[in-house]
Amino acid sequence: MSFISYLINGISLGSVYAIIALGYTMVYGIAKMLNFAHGDVIMIGAYIVMAAVTGAGLPPAVAILAAVVFCTALGIVIESVAYGPLLNAASSLAVLITAIGVSYLLQNIALLVFGANTISFPAVLSIPAIVLAGGELTITGEAVVTILSCIVIMTALTLFIRKSKAGQAMLAVSEDKGAAQLMGINVNGTIALTFAIGSALAAVAGVLLCSAYPTLTPYTGAMPGIKAFVAAVFGGIGSIPGALIGGILLGVIEIFGKAYISSQMADAIVFGVLIVILIVKPTGILGKNIQEKV
Amino acid sequence: MRLKKVASVLLMAAMSISLLAGCGSEGEQGSGSKENGGSESGVLKIGGIGPVTGSAAVYGEAVKNGAELAVKEINEAGGINGVPIEFNYQDDENDAEKAVNAYNTLKDWGMQMLLGTVTSGPCVAVAEVAQADNMYMLTPSGTAVECVTYDNAFRVCFSDPMQGIESAKYIGENNLATKVAAIYDSSDVYSTGIYNAFAEEAENQNFELVAAEAFTAESKSDFSVQLQKAKDAGAELVFLPFYYSEASLVLKQAAGMNYSPIFFGCDGMDGILAVEGFDANLANELIFLSPFTPTSDDEMIQKFVGDFESAYNGTPNQFAADAYDGIYAIKAAAEQAKITSDMSASDICEAMKTAMTAITIDGVTAKSLTWEASGEPSKEPMVVKIANGNYAVVE
Repeated sequence: MSFISYLINGISLGSVYAIIALGYTMVYGIAKMLNFAHGDVIMIGAYIVMAAVTGAGLPPAVAILAAVVFCTALGIVIESVAYGPLLNAASSLAVLITAIGVSYLLQNIALLVFGANTISFPAVLSIPAIVLAGGELTITGEAVVTILSCIVIMTALTLFIRKSKAGQAMLAVSEDKGAAQLMGINVNGTIALTFAIGSALAAVAGVLLCSAYPTLTPYTGAMPGIKAFVAAVFGGIGSIPGALIGGILLGVIEIFGKAYISSQMADAIVFGVLIVILIVKPTGILGKNIQEKV
Repeated sequence: MRLKKVASVLLMAAMSISLLAGCGSEGEQGSGSKENGGSESGVLKIGGIGPVTGSAAVYGEAVKNGAELAVKEINEAGGINGVPIEFNYQDDENDAEKAVNAYNTLKDWGMQMLLGTVTSGPCVAVAEVAQADNMYMLTPSGTAVECVTYDNAFRVCFSDPMQGIESAKYIGENNLATKVAAIYDSSDVYSTGIYNAFAEEAENQNFELVAAEAFTAESKSDFSVQLQKAKDAGAELVFLPFYYSEASLVLKQAAGMNYSPIFFGCDGMDGILAVEGFDANLANELIFLSPFTPTSDDEMIQKFVGDFESAYNGTPNQFAADAYDGIYAIKAAAEQAKITSDMSASDICEAMKTAMTAITIDGVTAKSLTWEASGEPSKEPMVVKIANGNYAVVE
């Protein structure tokens, strides 16, 4: 019975990683850059929800919506001010450094505005736990919501990219920027849209992360952000189903590693598996083979 | 692959730069006095170091307030040997590197004695440099054994092994449980120190340690596995020797999985009710060891609590009490040793080493508090239980 409990916890943790990893993978797939500030947008989103619920007394649904809107705007601003001017001109290294800079900027702004003290995140998802097998197995409401949100978001995103015009434009830009521009696609607009979607997802991920683990500090987004980046690489960066598989696998390996091998070694096990997978398949589980692009 | 390597190196570089930048800006606050040494200033310069920002800010803030209250009282009563105290408190964000930087800042300011540091990790680092300088240091709350390894260092609080041993004894002697689980932070010297002593003493007690699970600073948000293992092992009591911010998560997750053993913590648990937005019901029945409780009837404690509340709008915790006693211990020892403001830090340290073992003070954390040459205080711990959102002493 505890095996099932570990499995559910692993999938729940993995779902949070997967939603965060989506932000990395979309931006990488389309703009070919690593947005290291993604984890910190999550933290900002969580602070907005916290401030809206406890500060302004808004109902949770409105607070989450406010956080999504704010983070979307924040994503567009970051893209247009910090990354946009560099995307075409400079080397990918310059954009990477800028992303790291933005990450620290966001952390320090949060430190200044919200202070460094740990804040207990308000319960915005008040869903009762599911108790099975006469109390032997308890699935928390947060875990259910996290896993469901993950499935819904993945499905919606896949449909959006396959069916909508803007989604098709994203695919085209990720294939070949120059050719897409020649075909009349607004490349800069598409990249901005990608950042907007990625940041909106970050706000949702922030709510899910802080609901499952309800403490909030300016550094809350940093470690999950790095782990989600690993998940994105794990699954094959640039691939949306890859982010899902990578995220869930990472969560399950982490929890099982803790449960059956050693609770001290959890991270060493996760990163060990990552190294093995990358040696066997350098582009990740669902990663595209670069040769095919030619 | 190369890009990834470059990225990781750059990430490291960016991190260390930001750490350094953090120190710079923190170091600039503090007292304006800049003259060198204490020689002609006519004041006794006492430095303080502790986290006033970051995850352990509650402790550093409490120590700062407790110490400043004591300094104010002493100065109003005429100072130490007629010399007023000047107190300068620096932030270390609970980071060893920043604590050493803060120590150097204070030395530049002309510090003659140190009250600090507040948390164990930074304290061990500062103890090394303070020993090299022969600087007298009294840590109000650094519990690790290594904090007072050298003869220039003393402490007001209990040591980690002592907390571990006392916790195990209390659980055993009061028959709180027959099966006990422990969860500890294996990346933290405070938590590991208590756990090791606890596990050792558990063998002499009438309970069984059925599960011992660790976590690290990198994975301190998910405790579901550790709690599940404790639950599966049938633990009726879970020992949590770490700080309150992680403990608040453990309590939340245990409630989420319908697991309600007795939770037992150490002095790091003090402050859990002060976490913004924390549901105090989760901490109901939580027991922890603490040397101080603000609800005591003792006249001296009541006066301290009253003065503290009117000065800082909040009830003092044991860290504030430790710091308050710390400043009075420095006063008593300095009077015993006839310290004057023109003495160098090293001369003061030599005189204080013998004076500390000769004094007996009545403090808010203990009556007739004395020190051994090893730096350890002699006092008994108190057991505190949270009931209806308040701390209460268990007799």
